[in-house]
Amino acid sequence: MDALTPATPAVRVRGLSKRFGATLAVDDLSFEIRRGEIYGLLGANGAGKTTTISMLLDLVTPTAGEVEVLGLRYPKGREAILSRVNFSSTYVSLPLRLTVWENLRVFAALYGVKDPKACIHELVERFEIGHAMKKKVGDLSSGQKTRVYLAKALLNDPAILFLDEPTASLDPDMADKTRQVLLSVQRERGATVLITSHNMAEMEALCDRILFIDKGRKLMEGSPRQILDRYGRATLEEVFIHVARGGEALA
Amino acid sequence: MNLGRVRGLILRYFYLYRGSLPRLLEQLYWPVVDILVWGFVTIYLRQFEGELPNFLAYFLGGLILWDVLFRSQVGVSVAYLEEVWSRNLLNLFVSPLRPAEFIAASMGIAIMRVAFTTVVTLLIAYLFYGFSAFVMGVWLWVFMGSLVLMGWSMGIFIAGLVMRFGQGAESLAWGLIFLIQPVAAVFYPVSVLPGFLQPVSHAIPAAHVFEGMRQVLDGAGVPTTHLMAAYALNAVYLVAALAFFYRTLAEAKREGRLLRVGE
Ligand SMILES: Nc1ncnc2c1ncn2[C@@H]1O[C@H](COP(=O)(O)OP(=O)(O)O)[C@@H](O)[C@H]1O
Ligand SMILES: [Mg+2]
Repeated sequence: MDALTPATPAVRVRGLSKRFGATLAVDDLSFEIRRGEIYGLLGANGAGKTTTISMLLDLVTPTAGEVEVLGLRYPKGREAILSRVNFSSTYVSLPLRLTVWENLRVFAALYGVKDPKACIHELVERFEIGHAMKKKVGDLSSGQKTRVYLAKALLNDPAILFLDEPTASLDPDMADKTRQVLLSVQRERGATVLITSHNMAEMEALCDRILFIDKGRKLMEGSPRQILDRYGRATLEEVFIHVARGGEALA
Repeated sequence: MNLGRVRGLILRYFYLYRGSLPRLLEQLYWPVVDILVWGFVTIYLRQFEGELPNFLAYFLGGLILWDVLFRSQVGVSVAYLEEVWSRNLLNLFVSPLRPAEFIAASMGIAIMRVAFTTVVTLLIAYLFYGFSAFVMGVWLWVFMGSLVLMGWSMGIFIAGLVMRFGQGAESLAWGLIFLIQPVAAVFYPVSVLPGFLQPVSHAIPAAHVFEGMRQVLDGAGVPTTHLMAAYALNAVYLVAALAFFYRTLAEAKREGRLLRVGE
């Protein structure tokens, strides 16, 4: 049913642009995400990270350019793509009046999960929220909520996990736990992860490769190591500040 | 159309309403108050006339059926609004759920809301005033079907407006329909309207339903013309509402509106 071979990139983007009125939010981006890698989209606020990820999920229609996810395109491949990827963001929530179980049960149905009960139990055990299954999501701590959102994002055993600033509202301990979970998901399930963040240390620790964008444009792409070497800096944070203050990009 | 996904979304509302007593009561509050007030008003007025034998039936039948239309429309609109309020819209849009499935689920929810409220209003009308809407026979169901359809169209249209104009438009979900009420011939025939308003009435499916209802209550035969007009108009409006919703969704994706919901 699809064009997916092991060699097909998880995501392929060519010449992608998005204009909102006078704002060019994304400007001629091209990149490829390999299967099984953790790929970081790094940039300051307003750099175009959310817009980019939204075009990969058909939430925003590109002004120009091509998007291929798992070898398929929108709008024709929408259902096939979306049933095999998942998404979480600090900026979305789940219905707070529903319990953890109810929420996960509903999304299991939306994703057509075969054995919802077993799948949900496995996920809540893994995220240590099994005891809170009957609690309303609105009554959980923010750390627990984040874990419920992550559990939702793993319900369909996604081939690609899209995460928009997943740790932005977490305390350092929860953020670290979340990163550990992501790493193990990638290792155990071979999932591809696209993560956006403006937290340099996190990106350095987590990502196989990073796409550094500024004002919607690609500054550079490479492993954290390569980026540091090219700019001759000790940390990504320093690179980031250098670029943010108008330092020239070495693309 | 994937029925598993439609059922999943309906399950979401079932959970929501099961866990929320205020939402359940809100379903009954106004219909019950309306029927009680207008029922007694009618009984009082009846003391002054002897000519209109079906006064009570007209009124109660009108109230009960009007509420079918209203609940159906609110049911569809609020299904969308609930997702906006709970910041859940993006979760749905990144799932394989199709817009058509979302709409189908909203329609299913609307039917459940209509059923829940109507059982109670029918019962109250019978217990307090001895009026049984079942005197309309099979036509009761045909009328209800037409009103549910019209409610769906309006509900989808209003959901589209909320998608386009944001939450500022959400009061339309409870208000817009009352703009139509004066020309919907709920409590009086189209013939009492001034001439220039009558064509407007004729374009409203509900007006044909209420005209048909009075015809049936009068025992004046089968309202074939009215029913055909009502269902034909419903078909047109439903197609128009769906087209509007899909166009608005496509535009929302171009303008990035889906990302700004709830902000
Ligand atoms: N729906 C929208 N309408 C208009 N402008 C938008 C919209 N969404 C984003 N933008 C603009 O596009 C640019 C990129 O935004 P965004 O992708 O959210 O950046 P990031 O996620 O990197 O912070 C910003 O200048 C932002 O103001
Ligand atoms: Mg963002």
